[in-house]
Order: sequence, then structure tokens, then C-alpha cells
Amino acid sequence: MQFGIFSVSDITTDPTTGQTPTEAERIKNIVTIAKHAEEVGLDVFALGEHHNEPFFSSSPTTTLAYIAAQTNTLQLSTATTLITTNDPVKIAEDFAMLQHLADGRVDLMLGRGNTGPVYPWFGKDIRAGIPLAIENYSLLHRLWREHTVDWQGKFRTPLQGFTSTPRPLDEIPPFVWHGSIRSPEIAEQAAYYGDGFFANHIFWPASHTQRMIALYRERFAHYGHGDPDQAIVGLGGQVFMRKNSQDAVNEFRPYFDNAPVYGHGPSMEDFTRETPLTVGSPQQVIDRTLGFRSYVGDYQRQLFLMDHAGLPLKTVLEQLDLLGSDVVPVLRKEFAALKPAHVPDAPTHATLLATAAKAAAAKKDEVNA
Amino acid sequence: MNQRTLAVVSAGLSQPSSTRLLADQLATATVAAAGFPLTVKVIELRDLAHDIANHLLTGFPPATLKEALDTVESADGLIAVTPIFTASYSGLFKSFFDVLDKDALADKPVIIAATAGTARHSLSLEHALRPLFAYLRAAVVPTSVFAASDDWGADSADGMLRTRIDRAAAELAREIERRDPVSVTDPFALTVSFEDLLKNP
Repeated sequence: MQFGIFSVSDITTDPTTGQTPTEAERIKNIVTIAKHAEEVGLDVFALGEHHNEPFFSSSPTTTLAYIAAQTNTLQLSTATTLITTNDPVKIAEDFAMLQHLADGRVDLMLGRGNTGPVYPWFGKDIRAGIPLAIENYSLLHRLWREHTVDWQGKFRTPLQGFTSTPRPLDEIPPFVWHGSIRSPEIAEQAAYYGDGFFANHIFWPASHTQRMIALYRERFAHYGHGDPDQAIVGLGGQVFMRKNSQDAVNEFRPYFDNAPVYGHGPSMEDFTRETPLTVGSPQQVIDRTLGFRSYVGDYQRQLFLMDHAGLPLKTVLEQLDLLGSDVVPVLRKEFAALKPAHVPDAPTHATLLATAAKAAAAKKDEVNA
Repeated sequence: MNQRTLAVVSAGLSQPSSTRLLADQLATATVAAAGFPLTVKVIELRDLAHDIANHLLTGFPPATLKEALDTVESADGLIAVTPIFTASYSGLFKSFFDVLDKDALADKPVIIAATAGTARHSLSLEHALRPLFAYLRAAVVPTSVFAASDDWGADSADGMLRTRIDRAAAELAREIERRDPVSVTDPFALTVSFEDLLKNP
């Protein structure tokens, strides 16, 4: 199972000090955070994409390539890459390029984006969000798998004899996760292609995540990619920890109460009850996270939101230390002990390459026989 | 005949409230007018005020509010009663319908009703509530019911208020009866095949 963190790249005032990092500080901090994720033994760093303040991450592949150059094992991903407003041709090119630079340590998570004005700024219509996601991904999927593509669709200018360069590393397209909070069409899309499905999970009750994942698993089997429990599932999570649980509650409360998304709304206690947010000791985080398995089944990737709402860099790095020393080693052991052998791990470049080599060898044997 | 359900939304703030009193009278009259079994489910928005504000801020309903929204969506008829504040429905009343799914009231028979201190506010029903429910494509019955403080006095027992309540109730019962029972679409159900979506995005 993969463990990691994801960042939405918000530049938020620390409510306890009134300090707001500059863009330059926050951008350099995210690199420090990603590098530290690898240092403490995490597997994945995923970065969001936004085209409006107060977020800095308009250009995730640039940031991820810079992080790739300074890490060795960290899997680089996104949370999410906008499949609606980006040109699928540019996504194909950017992520293949990143694959080469990062020696294959790349996957991506596609999402539609819910910031209304971003659609018209990029010449699109938010009401066509689902059709855009479906058409754009069907083109992206082909661009990574077919050398020369002739294509015509509804939303983009046609392509005649187009080759996306560079080609995917070793002809293995990056693994794709599809993220959606509430659209069954996107769970269906992930199932149709046999791709991964990622449930944001942090702004929505668990019962909702349970239904979406059940739908994805059922349809994954329907399309012949394996049994429902072999589908590739990722979950978001949100935690704040201190050794002593009351210290965590006291320290996180001002950040919670002023957070850009849910601040000045529900109490931290209400939100902890209604969503997977856990504020407490490492043991509480372990117990809560293991509990996710009871409603989504064995899953492959767990990402935590750690660096938002104005939390200072020092605190974020301490959170990563706790995650790496007290939480993830236990979760790895416990999840592995529970997982049946036929449930696969999340695909990586190495495993996809091995699978492709095996398939090619089998085909060769068939020809020779 | 199958059991049908009637949701009653009351936005009164005081306890006891004349808004709730009017809501209960309308519900009782509708049950009496219906020639079929009708289960009444009352939703007091006062109890949901924090949840409604939280939904506006976080984008998802807490469990108790979700149950209330589902009750309205799955009901065969609705009685919606608000106090008139500053020449219109109360902000709480509007906020509840703001977080309700935009299709939840489509073709649903509805009585609109309101209370206020004086009869001067009575046309708020026609210039504020009726357009709101028309936008939501609800089937609002022709009779709307307004009760000023005076209406609860001496002349109310057999007076105009009683007559309007009974007329609105009869209209609502008739509209519920001539429709099929409401069936709610599962939000997680797929309505088109992925192949069709791919072919015709």
C-alpha cells in the first residue's frame, strides 16, 4: 500500500500569528515538504492545480520535475490535473516529459475542477464538465498508446497525423487515477478503462465515499478488469497529530476554525464526526485510518492533507515526522496483514513495465509454438 | 391505495410559533381531505439552522439535514410555511430551499403559506413565495394561505382563515391523488452507458 501526502497549494494567513507566506516562500516550502515526505519514508507526493488566488500551483509538472531532481524514490502525482480546461494534448506531452525526467516515478489524478470562472477563462463551459472529461480523456488515452493519431471531437480542434512527444517512457503511459466527489460518471470512466479511482473523502461523509467506491468496484468487474476487490482505490484523509491528543486539538483548532474551506462553519468536533478528519494522537490516526478499510475494502493508496490552512512549515515537517515514525509503519504492517494475496498493489512504472514485458514474452511464445 | 407522504416545512422561530400552528392546521386539513392514507412528516427549520449554515459553507449536508432534504424530495406533497420578515420569506426559509436539490420539487404539489403580524404583508405570498416555487418547477396550488395575528382571534373559527385552509388542503389532496407516488432517483445510479457517453459526449 502507498502512503503519501497531497497539497492544494493554498497561500493562507497563519491565524495564530497573522503571517502570510509570500508566493516565493510557499513555493520553496512545498519543495522542502515533498523532499521531507521521502525522508520520513512516505511513497507519494501529489500536488493540485489551480488558476486563481490564493493558490500557487498553476504549473504542477514544473514543480514536480524540480522535486524529482532532488528525490530518489518518491512517486510524483497530482491532485488533481484538470482534464476539462487543459488541452489533453498538452497533458499528454507534459506528463510524458515528466516521466522521462523522473525515471518513471510519475502518475496523475484527473479531476474536473469546481472553480466556476476557470472554465470561461480557458474558453470552456462548466455545464459541459462531464462531457469534457470524457472526450478529453479518450483523446489523452489514445495519444499515449498510439504513435500517430487522427482525431476529431466536439471540444478541440481536430488532429491529423499527430504524434505526441516525447513518447511515454518505455512506451508505458503514466498510471491514471480519476478523482470525483459526487459524479457516478467519473467512477464509471475509471472502471471502463481499468484505471484507478480516488475519493477525495475529506469534504464529504464516509457513507458517500462508500457508495462511490462500491459503484467503481462493481463496474471495474463489469468491464472485465478483474474482481471488484482488485480495483485500484485511493482515499484522501486529513489529520493533525501530537503525542498527546488534547495538544493536537488545542493547537489545530484555530487553523480549523479559520480554514478557507470549512472555517467559520461546523465545529471541529462536528466535522471530525461527519468526515474522516482526525485530530488527536498518532494512535487515534492509526485506528481511524484502519477503519476506512471497513467501508471501502482493501485499497491501494492513502494520501493525507497536511500543509493547508496556514500551518507553518515547521509544524508541517513535524507532522510528517510523526506520520513517518509513529503512523505509517504501523499502518503498512496492519494493512498488509489484512490484504488477501489476489488484491494488487497500486501500479507503478516498474510493475507496468514488468507486466508489459511478460505479455510480450507470452505473445512471442505463442508465435513460436 | 398506497401510503403517501406529506412533508411540512415550518420556518417559525419562536416556540410555540404561529407559523408551526398554521403548518399543523394545514397538515391536519390535508389529511382529512385526502381519501387515502397520508403520512405527515414535519421539519422544523429552527432545529436545522446551524446545519443549513454549515451546508452553505462546506458544500455538504450534515446527517440530520440530509435526512430532512431527503424527506422533502421523496414526499408526494409539501406544505411550506414561513414567517414574513422584511417584506418576504425569512432568510432561514430561503436558505433551506437554496440547499435543496434544484429538481427536488419538480411537479410536486405544494401549499405555500405564511404568517405575520398584520395583513399588510399578505401579498408576500404572491410576490415572493410563488415565484420561488415556480422557479423550482413545483406545482403550487391556487390557494395560498396567509395568517396575520388577528386571524387567530374571534372570527377565525369559522372565518376566512378556516375557509382558506380547507380550500388549500382540498386542492393539495386532489393534486397528490392524481399523481403517481414519487420515486427518487438514486444519485449513484448510472443513467446512460459509458459507450453512449463516449460516442456522444
